[in-house]
Amino acid sequence: MEAARSDETLRPATADGHAGSAWPPGKPWPSAQPVGSGPPPDDIMIEFRDLYKSFGDKHILQGVTMAIPKGVSTVIMGGSGTGKSVTIKHVVGLLRADKGEVWVHGENVDELSKDDLDKLRLKIGFLFQSGALFDSMTVYEQMDFVLKRHTDLDADGRKDRIMETLEWVNLPKTTAQYPSELSGGQRKRIGLARSIVLQPSIMVYDEPTTGLDPISVRVVSKLINRLRDERGITSMTITHDLLCAEMISDHVFYLLDGVYAESGTLAEVAQSSKPQIREFFGDEYTMMFKAVRDGV
Amino acid sequence: MASKPAIRSSPAFIESLARVGEFGSFVGDFFKRFWRPPFEWKEVWRQMDEVGVKSFVLTAVTGLAIGVVLAMQSRGTLARFGAEAVLPKMLALSLVKEIGPVFTSLVLAGRVGAGIGAEIGSMRVTEQIDALEVGSLKPYNYLVITRIVACVVMFPILTVWADAIGLFGGFMESYIVGNVDYRVFFASAFDSLTFPDIIVDTGKTAIFGFIVASVSSFLGYTVRGGTREVGQAAMQSVVTSILLILVADVIVVAVSLALFAPD
Repeated sequence: MEAARSDETLRPATADGHAGSAWPPGKPWPSAQPVGSGPPPDDIMIEFRDLYKSFGDKHILQGVTMAIPKGVSTVIMGGSGTGKSVTIKHVVGLLRADKGEVWVHGENVDELSKDDLDKLRLKIGFLFQSGALFDSMTVYEQMDFVLKRHTDLDADGRKDRIMETLEWVNLPKTTAQYPSELSGGQRKRIGLARSIVLQPSIMVYDEPTTGLDPISVRVVSKLINRLRDERGITSMTITHDLLCAEMISDHVFYLLDGVYAESGTLAEVAQSSKPQIREFFGDEYTMMFKAVRDGV
Repeated sequence: MASKPAIRSSPAFIESLARVGEFGSFVGDFFKRFWRPPFEWKEVWRQMDEVGVKSFVLTAVTGLAIGVVLAMQSRGTLARFGAEAVLPKMLALSLVKEIGPVFTSLVLAGRVGAGIGAEIGSMRVTEQIDALEVGSLKPYNYLVITRIVACVVMFPILTVWADAIGLFGGFMESYIVGNVDYRVFFASAFDSLTFPDIIVDTGKTAIFGFIVASVSSFLGYTVRGGTREVGQAAMQSVVTSILLILVADVIVVAVSLALFAPD
């Protein structure tokens, strides 16, 4: 296990971690605008402004503020129950902010009508933790269902698009299979295929590699990178998986006590002065990044 | 006296009221969204197969058992009064007006209600409903409206089927025990029925179908947690549907008697 990790897991993000990265190393990360200042600049795809969210007396998000530029891959990390999933659910309007603003594609999500929210959602792909494949449909049917509803493609056009997308995730022979007949890694990849079949400009990944073996983690992570590099898709990923974060992150936000306590490259976040964050990464990882930084 | 305010302000009471309100809004959504696309005809057809075709055997067995047992139980009593000849009339009236519709709906509430509650509930906890939502695929139309329409259409059809099988069961009993001719039996049976009997008393099962589908969909759609909660939702779907069917039956019968009172 350690031998397998030594090659890719421990490769520092600040070196050549992201071939084709859309965010040049050293370039300052943009700040979010204040609440009430209108749409963000055109190059900002997603922006959270002082976002608050509570469930009963549980205060989950307490002023989350961040901007995500176009075409980059952002990773959100943090311990369990810190509100990572809650944060990304605001992007697609599955949750509404108690206070603050969420801007996606230049639109304030909470102010959209149902129809406008549906239109915005078509520009966003969302890969759920479990894949969330529809149990009653085959792989082909679930992708066809999405295309039939949202495109004018005829049956041949839809078939071409589905096969092209399945080829892309390297699972072209699964068309007739039901979700229950797929492995965990295949379900994630089919979930990814279904999410991108409408060719969105934003992808949101909720723990895309949880429960997968290291080989599958690399396969899924490489697909996420290809989406960014080949299609220019802006991505926002929640993960606990350091191998995945290492492979895909241009920028990392670390969520602690309802706010983003740290942000930067993975190496910068791993070397945080905050003990909870250092504990999350573990001594081995933190030391490795420190050694790389110091040129040891 | 002192207990009343305590009940009114108890969290459980407030939560129950909130759930009732939530259910009201959920049902209201049906009437708002039913007229608007997307119209999921293919899924309605699939649900009609699921609710209807796959329940034909169950409702047939239910109808047959009721018909035979009702004939067996009534024969002795009627014979004591020398009224055996009215057995077909009595069977037809009781089957078509009350026992057939209510028994069929209760049996379907068990099979269909549990199925809808469990299926939609498991879709909720496995994020499939969220996936439909973020894919702009209108999960309410796809999951709820289709099931309600299927139940509203199929409950009356299955009731007519169960009534017919029940009458046949009653005839078989009469034929075996009393060697009654089928022409005499069915002529007597149908002679007792009026058009409103058939339409109103069979038609009320459409309301029962609406109750079963809407209650079960609501409990599945709003489930939170994991497999344990899905199981509870399925169980509550059946229990609540049965209770509401019985309450609705009293109301429908009272209204129909007021509107179509026999002379």
